[in-house]
This record gives sequence, C-alpha cells and structure tokens, in this order.
Amino acid sequence: MLTISHVRKTFNKGTINEKKALQGINLHLKPGDFVTVIGGNGAGKSTMLNMIAGVYPIDSGKIEIDGVNISREPEHKRAQYIGRVFQDPMRGTAAGMQIQENLALALRRGRRRGLSWGVKNDELDFYREALTRLDLGLQTRMTSKVGLLSGGQRQALTLLMATLEKPKLLLLDEHTAALDPKTARKVLELTDEIVNEQKLTTLMVTHNMKDAIQYGNRLIMMHEGRVIYDVEGEEKKKLQVEDLLKKFEEHSGEEFANDRMMLAK
Amino acid sequence: MNFVALQGAVAQGVLWGIMVLGVYITYRLLNISDLTVDGSFALGGCVCATLIINFGMNPILALVIAALAGMAAGAATGILHTVFEIPAILAGILTQISLWSVNLRVMSGKSNMPLLKTETLISAVGSKLGITQAQSAMIVGVIVAILIVVTLYWFFGTELGSALRATGNNEFMIRALGVDTNRMKLIALMLANGLVALSGALVCQNQKYADINMGRGAIVIGLAAIVIGEVLFSKVINFGFKLASVVVGAVVYFLIRAIVLDFGLNTNDMNLFTALFVAAALSIPVFMAKYRAKHDYSETVEEDEV
Repeated sequence: MLTISHVRKTFNKGTINEKKALQGINLHLKPGDFVTVIGGNGAGKSTMLNMIAGVYPIDSGKIEIDGVNISREPEHKRAQYIGRVFQDPMRGTAAGMQIQENLALALRRGRRRGLSWGVKNDELDFYREALTRLDLGLQTRMTSKVGLLSGGQRQALTLLMATLEKPKLLLLDEHTAALDPKTARKVLELTDEIVNEQKLTTLMVTHNMKDAIQYGNRLIMMHEGRVIYDVEGEEKKKLQVEDLLKKFEEHSGEEFANDRMMLAK
Repeated sequence: MNFVALQGAVAQGVLWGIMVLGVYITYRLLNISDLTVDGSFALGGCVCATLIINFGMNPILALVIAALAGMAAGAATGILHTVFEIPAILAGILTQISLWSVNLRVMSGKSNMPLLKTETLISAVGSKLGITQAQSAMIVGVIVAILIVVTLYWFFGTELGSALRATGNNEFMIRALGVDTNRMKLIALMLANGLVALSGALVCQNQKYADINMGRGAIVIGLAAIVIGEVLFSKVINFGFKLASVVVGAVVYFLIRAIVLDFGLNTNDMNLFTALFVAAALSIPVFMAKYRAKHDYSETVEEDEV
C-alpha cells in the first residue's frame, strides 16, 4: 500500500538553524493498516505526514502508494490518493462556504473540476445521510456557513470530508489535540468507526499514548527523525503506557521528558 | 446640480462598476490586493482607442480585444505572484508600472488619443435610439453589467468557481482536496483584469478618448465602491445580489463624486477625498470594535451565574 524508503529531510540545510527532521525513514503499510504514531516534540511525526502529503519536497528516498512513485508529485496531485485532517480545526474547512459546498468540494477530491454545477441536487441526499451519521445535527443546517460551527463540529466535518470519497491513505495529524477532552473522544471514536468500516489505510499521529494503544492495529514510535519502535497485532494490544515509556528510554537512551505525554498516561 | 449631470454620473458609475466587479473578485473572493488594476484599466482604454482609430475596428470587437489584453496583464501579475512567489501587492505594482510603458507603446508614444469623430458602441446606440450620450452609456452599461453579473454568478457556482472561492477562503484545505491553488489565483487575476480592461474600454468609448492616466486611482475607486455597496446592502446574502450591489456601489460613488464636485471641491483633490473615504470606511469597524470593548468593560462585580 504505502511504502516509504530511506526518506530524508533536513530543514535550513547549511545554516545555523539546520534541523534534520527525517533521517532515513523506512515504513511499509499493508492495505487496511491503522497505524498510530507517537513520539516527542520534534521527533518528525508531523514532518513525515507532510512529506507523504507533499507539503514540502523530500531530500532523498522514495514514497510509493500502490506501487506508484509519488515522491516528486506536487501536493495537489497527491490529493487524489490521500485524505487529510489537520490539528487546527480551522484548517480543514472553508469557513465562508456552506456545509454542503464544503462537502461538494471534498467529494471532488483529486478529480478535474470543470464547469458543471459545484453542488448538484442529486448529491444532497448523500450529504444529508453522511452528516446524519456524525450525529451533530448538521444534516438540518446544510446551507449554514461552516464558520458558524464549533471546533469539534468542524473537525468532525473535516474527517467526513477526508473520507467522503474513499482515500487510499488517510493522514490524521493530531486531529483531536485542539479539542476539549469530551469532543476529542467523540471525534476519535468517529475516526475509529469510519476507518474500520471503510477499511482505510491510516496513519494517525497522537500525543496520547493511551489512544495510541487503544486504537489501530499497529503502533510506531519516532525519535529524532527515525522509527525506533514498530509493533502490531496481539503484541500491540497487550501494551501498557509504562511499556512505551520503557521502550522509549531503551531506544533513545533518554528519559521521556515530555510533559504532554506524561500527562496523557 | 442638474439632471443631465446626474445622468452622466450614473452612466459613469455603471461603466466603472464593471471594473469594480473585477476588483471584487480579487479583493473579496481571493483575498488578494491586486494593484494591476490602475494599469489594466488604462490598458483597456488605450487598446480600444488604438484599435478603433488606427485599425478602424468594430467597437464591439475592440471591447473584446481590450478585455483579452487585460487578461494578459492579469496573467503577468499572476505568473509573478504564483511562479516566482513575489508578494501579490508587489507583483501587481510591477505589472502596473510596466503597463505605463506598454500603454504608451500601444498609443505610439502619445499620452492620449481622441475618438471624437469616430463612432463608438455608445454613440451608435445613442443615435439609433435617439437618446443622449449619457442615456445610451447607461443602457449599454446596465446591459453589459447584467450579462457579467449573471455570468459570474453562474461561474462561481460551478466546480471550478467553487474551487476558486475556496482558494480565497482556505488555501490549505483546497490544496489538500487536490486543487492547484496557483492555477486558481492565475485564473482569478486574469478574469478580474479582463473585466477591468473591458470597463476601461467602455469608459474610453463613452468619454471618447483614451488617456495614459485614465486608470490612476482605479483601485481606490474600486474599494470605495465595494465598501459603499456592502454598507448599503449589508443584509444581502445571495451571491448574485452581492455582485449587483457592488455595481450599485460604483454608481453611488460617482453620484457622491458629482455632488461634492458640484459643491466646489477641486477635481485635483478628488483622489485625496476618495482615499480618505476608503481609509475611514476600513478603519471605522476596527475603531468601533475597540471602542465597544473599552466601553462595555465594567469594574462592577456581577454575580456569577450558577
């Protein structure tokens, strides 16, 4: 499905601010893999997702989806394979446009956009049904501007938009981190439901170790631009937060000194 | 202030309103301040005048080619901005400055070109219907404006038009949904400057001359008209009416202008007046919000809600 080989990225190369963000990432995802990604600040989690999505070019290595080398494709071309939800709820939706307009934009992800009508009447039932599933009452407000929604509602909508047209790969970049705990829980459960139902191949970055263990069939830990721990199946299910902390110390030779992660135990 | 002068002001407002529609696309929909406008407006006028005078071209065809020239100017700004990543304002200024030379070249080095003895679309309609120049300009302007508003309403409802609006709304989001945002900005800048040049060409046919300076301050007039339209029709939600309100804003602007000039304001002070007006219109909402925040603060302790 997704194959990342020897991917490297250094920001501000040759300057005093040089930052080796990815130092040879190798990762292979099987179809339907739901992988949670953890690691401290600056471990390269978000950078890895951004490299897959094509936000910045990589320095070397190769990224393939279903055997197609997308390493040098621009971001908007990769969108035909990839659905994305960002950390910032403001980022995934167009605030000044209606809910149904946003959905219509998402339904056409990766397709050529021509001069036929932007929101077709026969799509509306489909949108209504999809919104009903979110259980946020949005199905009755389809012509409301998205800017009127709360952060949680917008994030749920973004998730729906990313999966409306089934993506080959779903990238979730700490998509619940900016939400209050209750809303975060709800969005996470919704994520799990949608991913399992559509059997989506997914990479989910999270700061919450419990969530990382609870959700998905595989977990990877990153540190200083490398994957330092990769576990799946039964072994992953049995993991405890303490195990992860121990693994981290073992592999990195450092204490896990990240407040957010400690708090998330 | 007589009725004829007011008619002239309304006619001018409608013709300039087409330029304002162009400014609306970049400023309001794409969130780009495009300063190409001053140059592309004059470009439209100069191209139109040259084609009619030097090539004896049909006035309607001259309007079309003037609009195409404007689109090319918009493309220049668009390429500077998207391919070479020059900030939009600076890219617009570069094109605007270069258009000064281009426009002089178009008019073979002359700074203005009269069309006094030649027939234009507006004078032709006027003589055919037996009405005054101003009335004819009004009719032509209203018809063209309606056609453009309807076309824009349709276009921004299409898949491509929606992607364009989304680009102005949230670039990250629409790129993640597979849209080349650079292409969208290029299209918007071309479309906008095409309309601006068309407006310049119509104004040229109405006033019967093209002048190298005819676009000076156009962007400020455009902003003024947008602000007036939005204030007058603040309750309007429908996109088509929003577009129409911008044209009405232009008409109101030219009426105000005619009136203050009638009251004895020096024509040379008009740009200062317009700029002050726009600055005030843009700063009043900011000032009001700050004032309200200060005013609403109270030191008295209210009972906490339980």
